[in-house]
Amino acid sequence: MARGLRTISFLFALLHFGNLFSINVCESCPISSIEEALKVCSRGDTIQLASGVYKEHDLLIDKPLTIIGTDLPTIDGEEKGGVFRIEADSVCIQGLRIINVGVSFTSDHAAIRVYRSRDFIIEDVQLEKLFFGFLIEKSSHGTIRNNQIHGLAKSEYNSGNGIHLWYSKNIRIEDNLVEGVRDGIYLEFADSVWVINNASRNNLRYGLHFMFSNHSNYNNNVFENNGAGVAVMFSKFIKMNANVFKHNWGTASFGLLLKEINDLEVIDNLFEDNTIAISVEGANRVLYSGNILKGNGWAIKVRGACYSNLFIKNQFLNNSFDLSYNSRMNDNVFKKNYWSDYSGYDLDKDGIGDVPYRPVKLFSYIVNRTPEAIVLLRSLFIDIIDFSERVSPVFTPDELKDEQPLMRPL
Amino acid sequence: MHKVLKYSFYDLGRSRWSYIYFLFYLLLGSVLLFLNNDLAKAVITLMNVIIILVPLIGTIFGVMYYYNSLEFTELLLAQPIKRRNIFLGQYLGISISLSLSLFLGIGIPFLLYGIFKSTVVFDFIFLLISGVFLTFIFVALAFYLSLRNENKIKGFGYAVLLWLFMAVVYDGLFLMSLIIFEDYPLDRFSLIGTLLNPVDLSRTLILLKLDISALMGYTGAVFKNFLGTSLGMIISLFSLLLWVIVPVLAFLNRARTKDF
Repeated sequence: MARGLRTISFLFALLHFGNLFSINVCESCPISSIEEALKVCSRGDTIQLASGVYKEHDLLIDKPLTIIGTDLPTIDGEEKGGVFRIEADSVCIQGLRIINVGVSFTSDHAAIRVYRSRDFIIEDVQLEKLFFGFLIEKSSHGTIRNNQIHGLAKSEYNSGNGIHLWYSKNIRIEDNLVEGVRDGIYLEFADSVWVINNASRNNLRYGLHFMFSNHSNYNNNVFENNGAGVAVMFSKFIKMNANVFKHNWGTASFGLLLKEINDLEVIDNLFEDNTIAISVEGANRVLYSGNILKGNGWAIKVRGACYSNLFIKNQFLNNSFDLSYNSRMNDNVFKKNYWSDYSGYDLDKDGIGDVPYRPVKLFSYIVNRTPEAIVLLRSLFIDIIDFSERVSPVFTPDELKDEQPLMRPL
Repeated sequence: MHKVLKYSFYDLGRSRWSYIYFLFYLLLGSVLLFLNNDLAKAVITLMNVIIILVPLIGTIFGVMYYYNSLEFTELLLAQPIKRRNIFLGQYLGISISLSLSLFLGIGIPFLLYGIFKSTVVFDFIFLLISGVFLTFIFVALAFYLSLRNENKIKGFGYAVLLWLFMAVVYDGLFLMSLIIFEDYPLDRFSLIGTLLNPVDLSRTLILLKLDISALMGYTGAVFKNFLGTSLGMIISLFSLLLWVIVPVLAFLNRARTKDF
């Protein structure tokens, strides 16, 4: 009996499906609010949102459906709370402008909050005046594409993150622009994430922040002028290709901060004008190749517990310090890099310098011990002691050298 | 004073060394710019050269000029002219002519290169300002030392020693004390240490303009407040001015009481 009823209701649902496949919402339509539309729609429907301003918040989406905005309708949360909350699979949100998400100190209000959802798509959405942007929890196989997030965050304690993933898997984050929030893109316990072609700039804290997120790829992103740059912590099997890290210039700014990382590939990235381009702590089996490090304060700062790392074919151009090391032990290999400070010769004309290059200057060792000594940067005396240390190393690791420095930039 | 200044200035204008000095900077500036093509890097290299060479040339020119024109000076002293005017005139004559050589020598190639269209124009102007300050400071110090020493060789020796101390030895001692006292908070100490040496002072001033401020601010709040704001700039410029005024007053005082 129950089974029969269910079949009948399913058939009705199918009929419904045919009739109401698309629900139009506009100010003068029979259905003039999204809340109403969500109530009357059924699984798999499409809600067409005409342009206009909809003052609504805390909208729960608990069945698979598609919401499409035409001509960028605005949903105004009036700072009363979150706007969308998705708790169903196969939900697609497209072409909306969401503004005025409420700030709260007890709950994480988001413009779009996705909870236990599979196959969701968030596309062409613009966010302004937000707390959290997209908050994705325990979800998988989603796509966040071509969105623009413009926050006005002033201080860390009362601002949220642009794109925030928590316990999520197989997510693609593509072609987004995030600016003016706390952390541009934040991933925690998020495995197999593709972050491609995004721009994250002018954020208060990190452009990209991820922890406990393995098997992820980061390609062609631009991280610019963020409070602390990009932090990658407690993760393994990561690939970072062709990203740009620039102008992270401040007292505690990094281009890229690596902490407790294993099996990472950093290839063909550009690091320009950062206080510290790459700060590494406890990172093992990392491959750095084809990167350009240009005009940074410290190009690479190694703080310890870093083993079996390989630096090959990178270009170090005009950095104040190419490499800073705080111990005398070295298990990392440098070869075939181009160092703009290299002053050796190449008699056999094979493009590789005949004398090894020692990237750790005595002065960088001194600055590590006595940070105040930085006031002597570029002084003649420092040049003299650097030179003598280079000739016969006493303080800096003896075996830390590039045996095959390139004569010309690649 | 104006007449003495004018004579000194014209005298130096006829001197070969002014032109050599001018040509040297012209060559250096041109080579750096047209072979390097990286304006920001050229400014840094130029800074290294200016900070070392300008004090050296200023010291040696100052001492040389004083001893060479001693007879003329004694002749002037026999005239009813104030001693103060004679020596101040000579001092300004030599400082201005050296500064002019520096200004033109470096300015012309940069102007040809199109400095005013570039973003480093302010760094460059700061570089020139520090160069001029260093000239004025070290010529004054040279005058003081030569006024104190009748013996040419001694005067020369002291002057070169002074340059060596300011340019190299001071930083060595500074660094050593920083390392010895590394367990103590050193930020104030290191800032004061910088102010006490005009060479360090102008280096810091240029580096601040060159955006190294964040690199330095890395060490602590005191650094950040001092170096990251215009306060640091103002104090540094003021100290440089003090570094001109004090030696000038010292050598004028020496000249007033000296028995020729």
